[in-house]
Amino acid sequence: MKPYRYERSEDVSGTISTIAEEPEGAFLAGGTNIVDLMKLGVMSPDMLVDVRRLTPDDVEETEDGGVRIGAAVTNSDLAAERTIRSRYPAISEALLSGASAQLRNMATTGGNLLQRTRCVYFQDTTTPCNKREPGSGCSAIEGHNKNHAILGASEHCVATHPSDMAVAMTALDAFVVTHGPDGERRIPIEELHRLPGSEPERDTILEHGELITAVELPPTAFFSNSKYRKVRERASYAFALVSVAAAMDVEDGVIRDVRIALGGVAHKPWRATKAEEALRGEPVSEANFRAAAEIELEDAEPLSGNAYKIPLARNVIVRTLSDLSEEGR
Amino acid sequence: MTATQAPGKAVGAPISRVEGGLKVRGAATYAYEHRLHEPVYLYPLQSTIANGRVTKIDASRAEAEPGVVVVLTHENAPKLASTDDKELAILQSGDIGFRGQFIGAVIADTFETARYAASLVEIEYDENEPDADFRADRDDLYTPEQLNAGFETDTSVGDADGAFDSAAHKLAATYTTPREHNNPMEPHATIAVWDEDELTLYESTQGVFWTQKTLAPLFGLDAGKVHVISPHVGGGFGSKGLPHANVVLAAMGAMLVPERPVKFALTRHMMFTVAGYRTPTIQRVRLAADENGKLSAVSNDVVEQTSKIKEFAEQTATSARMMYDSPNIKTTHRLAALDVSVPSWLRAPGEAPGIFALECAMDELAIECGLDPVEFRIMNEPENDPESGLPFSSRGLVECLREGAERFGWNGRHPTPRSERDGRWLVGSGVASSVYPVYSMGGNAATVRANSDGKYEVEIGAADIGTGTWTVLGQIAADELGVPFEDVEMKIGDTTLPNASGAGGSSGITSWGSTVVEAVRSLREKIEADHGGNIPEEGVEATAKMPKNPHSGDFAMYAFGAHFVEARVDEDTGEVRVPRMTSVFAAGNIMNAKTARSQFMGGMVMGLSAALHEESVLDTRFGHVVNHDLAEYHIPTNADVGEMDVSWIEEDDPYVNPMGSKGIGEIGIVGSAAAVANAVYHATGVRVRELPITPDKLIS
Repeated sequence: MKPYRYERSEDVSGTISTIAEEPEGAFLAGGTNIVDLMKLGVMSPDMLVDVRRLTPDDVEETEDGGVRIGAAVTNSDLAAERTIRSRYPAISEALLSGASAQLRNMATTGGNLLQRTRCVYFQDTTTPCNKREPGSGCSAIEGHNKNHAILGASEHCVATHPSDMAVAMTALDAFVVTHGPDGERRIPIEELHRLPGSEPERDTILEHGELITAVELPPTAFFSNSKYRKVRERASYAFALVSVAAAMDVEDGVIRDVRIALGGVAHKPWRATKAEEALRGEPVSEANFRAAAEIELEDAEPLSGNAYKIPLARNVIVRTLSDLSEEGR
Repeated sequence: MTATQAPGKAVGAPISRVEGGLKVRGAATYAYEHRLHEPVYLYPLQSTIANGRVTKIDASRAEAEPGVVVVLTHENAPKLASTDDKELAILQSGDIGFRGQFIGAVIADTFETARYAASLVEIEYDENEPDADFRADRDDLYTPEQLNAGFETDTSVGDADGAFDSAAHKLAATYTTPREHNNPMEPHATIAVWDEDELTLYESTQGVFWTQKTLAPLFGLDAGKVHVISPHVGGGFGSKGLPHANVVLAAMGAMLVPERPVKFALTRHMMFTVAGYRTPTIQRVRLAADENGKLSAVSNDVVEQTSKIKEFAEQTATSARMMYDSPNIKTTHRLAALDVSVPSWLRAPGEAPGIFALECAMDELAIECGLDPVEFRIMNEPENDPESGLPFSSRGLVECLREGAERFGWNGRHPTPRSERDGRWLVGSGVASSVYPVYSMGGNAATVRANSDGKYEVEIGAADIGTGTWTVLGQIAADELGVPFEDVEMKIGDTTLPNASGAGGSSGITSWGSTVVEAVRSLREKIEADHGGNIPEEGVEATAKMPKNPHSGDFAMYAFGAHFVEARVDEDTGEVRVPRMTSVFAAGNIMNAKTARSQFMGGMVMGLSAALHEESVLDTRFGHVVNHDLAEYHIPTNADVGEMDVSWIEEDDPYVNPMGSKGIGEIGIVGSAAAVANAVYHATGVRVRELPITPDKLIS
C-alpha cells in the first residue's frame, strides 16, 4: 500500500475545501471498500479525509413525511431502524442480505452508495482494465464474466455495481443529498450512478470533493409493500447474481403503481422503467409479470458466461411481484 | 476441562483437545507468531507472465525506500545445491514456468514497508504465449509413468470394452471436477533464521521431517542442520505436506541477513499461486450391468493437468478399481502439461474427484436399471478386493448404507425425480458411497520416558494440523501404559524429537500410534528386565521404531462410508440448499469420539463445498486464477451447512494396526459431493455432471 496522509476536519465545508486541493485525495467513511482496494494497489490516494463523524448518523422524518438518512448511519443501524423496516422494508431486507455482520457494522449509507463496481480484473493490477487504467482494455469481455452486466454495458466495461442497498433505494425513488465545492445538490438516486460508456473509470456523476451527506426517501405509502430478493450462490456473504427490489400498490386486483429495480445486471442499480410502465393499470397476473419482465430484458446482451442472468432476472421479477401482489392484497 | 479417564479407558472417549484452551486464548503459538529478536519481513515478487523469462529487474527505487534491508532476485540469490525440483529451485535463473512464480523478494523492517517497496520494483520480461488451456481433446496428452502415491497409471482386468458393448444396461457419461485450491485458515507461514551453517525454520507444516528432508539437500546441508519447529498448524488439507517454494524463498532471504529472523506469510491471494491445488479432472466413465443389475463393466478414463515444470499425477481412478464387483474393470490416466503452477495434494487426492464421478454414474445406472440406488450398490458388493484379489481386512460399506438409510429415512423414498416440493423448493434426496485406503508411512520412531513420580513423556516428531494428534497420541499411550490420560505428556512438532512421517494420506495415527504403542511395549520390557518392574528414581526411557505390520500384503485395507443428502432447489432461481446430511462411516476403532466427529464433519462440509461452491477459474490468456480470494472463490458459510448427522459403526479390525484404527482425515470428503449431486438430480430431474452445481447450471 502506498503511504498516505490521514486527515480529519471538523466541518463539512472545511473538509470539502481540504480535498478540493488534493486531486488524489479521497473520503474515508467505513473503509470497507476503499481500504481493500488500497491494499490491492487498485486505488492509491495520497490523502484520506475521514468523514465518518462529519455527517449525521441518525434517521429523521422530513417535512413532507418522508425520511432523511444521515450518510454516516451504518448499514446495520439502518437495517434495524423501525421506520425503515415498516415503511421501506425492501431497504432493510437489502441491507441485511449484504456482506457480513462485521462489514455492516462498519459500512455507512454514503459509503455503500460509493462502492466501486466489482470485477475480478479491476481488482487485479496485473491485468488490463479500462476502469483502473483507462485505455488498457477490458479483460472481462473475453474472460471470466459470469458475474458481469447484461444491461447497459459498453465495449469498455461490463462490470456490475455490487450494492444491495442502492438497488432498493433506486426502486423507492430515493434522493441523494450532496455538498460539494459548488454547494448543495439533491440528486435522484437513479442519476447518481453512471453507465460505463467510454468513461468506465467514473462510477458516479459526483465531482471530486463532493460529499454525500444524506439520503432522502419520499413518503409514498405503498412502499410499505416492498421487498428485496437476492439470488446468490451461497446462503450468505456473497454478491448478488441477480437481485430485485420492488414495491407494488394493488387495488381490486389491478396494479395502481409499481416500482422495480434490478441489481447484479448493470454498472448501476437498474431501474426497470419499461416493466413498470407495462404493468401500471394492468391486472395482477403471473402472465403480466412475465410479459413485463421480458419487455425490460429485451435489450439484454449477454456475454459468454452470463446468459443465465436473463431467465434468472425474469424469474425473480415474476416471483417478487407475485409475492408482493399476494402480500399487499 | 478434560474429564479424568480411568486408566486404560482413554481411547475412544470424547476427550477435548488438550491444546484447545491455548487456541481459544490465542496462546497456541502458530508459525508466524514465535517471538524472536529483531525480525525482518519478506514480501515476494511474483511473475506477472506465465511463460518466458525475466530480462531486467530494477530494484533501485525499492532499495532507496527507508526500512528496506535487501532486495532478493535471481541475480543475487544463493545458488542451490540441488535444482532437480523445478518448483523449489527458485531464483536460479530468470526463467518463468507459471504466472505467480517467485522471482524475488523485498526484505524490510516492517511488513508494510516490504509490501510497498515490492510494488516499486520494476521488472521486464521476455514473454511467450502461455499454454494453459485444459481440454480432453488436446493432441499432446501423455501417459505418466506412475501416479501419486505410486499407483499404476493404467489397469485392465477382463475386457471392459467388450462387456460394455454387449450389456443390457449401460451408462457412459463425462464428469468434470474443477481446479480447487487448498485454503486453510492459517496460510503458509515461515520464520527462517540462519546461524552459521544451521537453518532454523518455524514453519506451518504437515510434517517437520518432510520439510527438513526437502530443504536440507537444496541448501547442501546435512538433515541435522535444518531444525524445523511446528507445534500448531491452522490446517493444511495437503497443501502443507510437500513443501512449496515459499519455504525456500524465506530460507534464501534469511541467508542474506544472517542471524536475523525472516518472517514470511502467504497472503490469501498467494494461496492461489504457489501452494498447490487440486487438478481439474475430465472423467469418461462407463458402467454396464446385466438385466438384473449386476455390474459387468466399470471403466474410468481420466484426463487431468500438471505443470510443465514438475509432474503431479493425481490417482483419480484408483477407487474405480476396487469399489464394486465387476469382472471387467479398466482405468486410464492422461495428463496435459501446461504453463501453470504445480498441482499437489488436496484432501483425498484421487478419491475425492474419482468417487464423485463413479458414484454419480452408479446413481445414473441404478435409475437405468430401475433399482434403488442403495440396493444397487449392495448387490454389487465384492467378496474380495476386485483389484488385488485379497480379502478385505474389514469392509463395512453395506452396514454403512443400511444404517445410513435407516437414520436418514431413505426407505419409502419416491424414486421419481421432481416428485416432492415445498412451496417453490423442489426437494430430493441422494446417496453415495465413500472409501479411503488405510495407509501407513515408514520411518517413524518414538521415545517414551517414565518418571518416578508416575508421569510419562512421549516424544515423536508428529504433526497436529488441527486434527487432534496432541490428544489422540496421548490417549493411545495412556491406554498402552495403563495409566490415566492426564499422566501422559506429549511432545510433537519438532525435528529434535524422534523421526516421524507427516500428516498425509490419513496415515498419521496408524503410523505414529503404532510406533508409540511399540515404544511403550519396549519401555515396559526395559522396566521389567533392567529395573525389576519399578521405575528408578532417575526415570527410564525407551525408543522404538514403527513395527512392520505382519498382516500387510495379506489383506486389502480400506475405510468405507455412506452419505445421504437432502437437497432443495429453488425452481425459479436454481439456488441449491442442503438442509441435512447423514453420513455413516466404517473406519475401524475410533480413537476419540469428539475429534473424530469433527474430522468426519469437516470432510462432509468440504464435500458439500466441492458440490456447490468451489471452483478456481483460470484465465487461459494470462494463465492465472482470477477469482483468487474468498469473496470470489466460495466455500460454504455457516448458513449453508444444515443438520449434520455423523456416526460410525462398530468395526473390529485386528489387521490394520495395533489400535485397530483407520485414518479418518479424508474419508468425509469422499463421496459427499456425489450424494449432493444425486440429490439435486432427484429434486429437479436435471443431471449436472460438471462441478460445482451453481444456479446458472439449473436455471431455465
